[in-house]
Amino acid sequence: MNLEWRWDFAFEILPQLLWGTVYTLMAAGIGYFIAIFIGLLFMLGQRTRFYVVNRATREVVEFIRSTPLLVQLFFVFFVAPQFGIKFSAWNAAMITLGLHYGTYLSEVYRGALEAVPKQQWEACKALNFSVSRTYGKIILPQAFPVALPGMGNYLVGIFKDTPMLATIGVVELMQSANTVGSLTYRFLEPYTMVGIIFLIISLPTAFGLRKLETVVAKRQGISKK
Amino acid sequence: MFNGIGITIAQMLCSTALAIIISLIFGLMRLSSNRLILGIATVYIEFFRGTSLLIQLYWIYYVLPLLINISLEAFYAGFIALGLNFGAYGAEIVRGSIQAVPRQQWEAAKSLNMSPILLMRRIIIPQTFPHLLPPFSNLLVELLKATALVSLISVTDLFFMSKVFNQTYWMSLQVFGTALIIYYILARFFLTPFLRWLEILAARKVGKLIG
Repeated sequence: MNLEWRWDFAFEILPQLLWGTVYTLMAAGIGYFIAIFIGLLFMLGQRTRFYVVNRATREVVEFIRSTPLLVQLFFVFFVAPQFGIKFSAWNAAMITLGLHYGTYLSEVYRGALEAVPKQQWEACKALNFSVSRTYGKIILPQAFPVALPGMGNYLVGIFKDTPMLATIGVVELMQSANTVGSLTYRFLEPYTMVGIIFLIISLPTAFGLRKLETVVAKRQGISKK
Repeated sequence: MFNGIGITIAQMLCSTALAIIISLIFGLMRLSSNRLILGIATVYIEFFRGTSLLIQLYWIYYVLPLLINISLEAFYAGFIALGLNFGAYGAEIVRGSIQAVPRQQWEAAKSLNMSPILLMRRIIIPQTFPHLLPPFSNLLVELLKATALVSLISVTDLFFMSKVFNQTYWMSLQVFGTALIIYYILARFFLTPFLRWLEILAARKVGKLIG
């Protein structure tokens, strides 16, 4: 078999893979953006006093969290047409990513809000602050540094889960590599390069996020060890 | 479908065993004062945590056999990739929980003239479990979910079987819905309660009470 690494071939397919990378980044970015808002919805659902809503949200979150993203992707992509809703592969992927990571982010938000000492809420009430002022000026600034590490982890996580989108035919980095591989019967270069591209992007991102955490923590006057 | 569940559980067990071994080895290597050992462990962990599991899976299944001229069955490739990947995450947990054991415990054991092996076995390791198990349980639930990926290299697991059924009967809702529910039941009513029980057991063993 053709075992040796061929540089000319690697350079030949590089532009195609880089285009794939752009789509991967877009998928991760948009998916994360949706997840941030869905996470908020889930978090609010879990904090309401209405027992039914509260309970139902918890169960839904638990269900989405304990089933595989891959199966959910197939579920959304293949089942929705049965009800007359047609998603393109891209839309189905964005919805699934958003829902899946929304449940994770809702847990992060919940933890962060619970980490704000109860006395802070009481003090706000005692000072007769409005709801928006309580959240905007007191609670959220304190909850944000707590939520940041978790949010950062899931940003990297969503990026690393995007190769799964290739399975329902979203054209991104992994799909480009698959295409190249099946056209040329050379899998060594495309898959290895995809791995390297992922490393090149995710390691600096993780590093940058860690830096950001310390900066934000310092600004809040909370020094991290 | 039942065969598929069996394969999924088998994948889960094999990769859990591999992941535990790897996370122990590399977790301890991360604590080494030897620069070389520390470096190897760091590179390994960063590499496997920095790239996607799916890529590692494809690489191990499609590329590795060509490189070193072996034939690797899909089942083995599947659990090896899962084990290597989750072992890297587990190694960090092991490192963190060993570091969480108070330093005085090491000093006390040393002053009682315990050998390093006895010190690890009798003093340090038992105390790591209460710290170790909660994050490890999360990791194992993630691992169970990740086993669905091995269907992409044609391991006939639960998800692979449901795709086959879907192609035969064209009932996506029923087939994929059932698959989702089975994964949910496995995670929620089997794996999680078992891990919770382990956590309580471990906490009780070192004289702490939780929950």
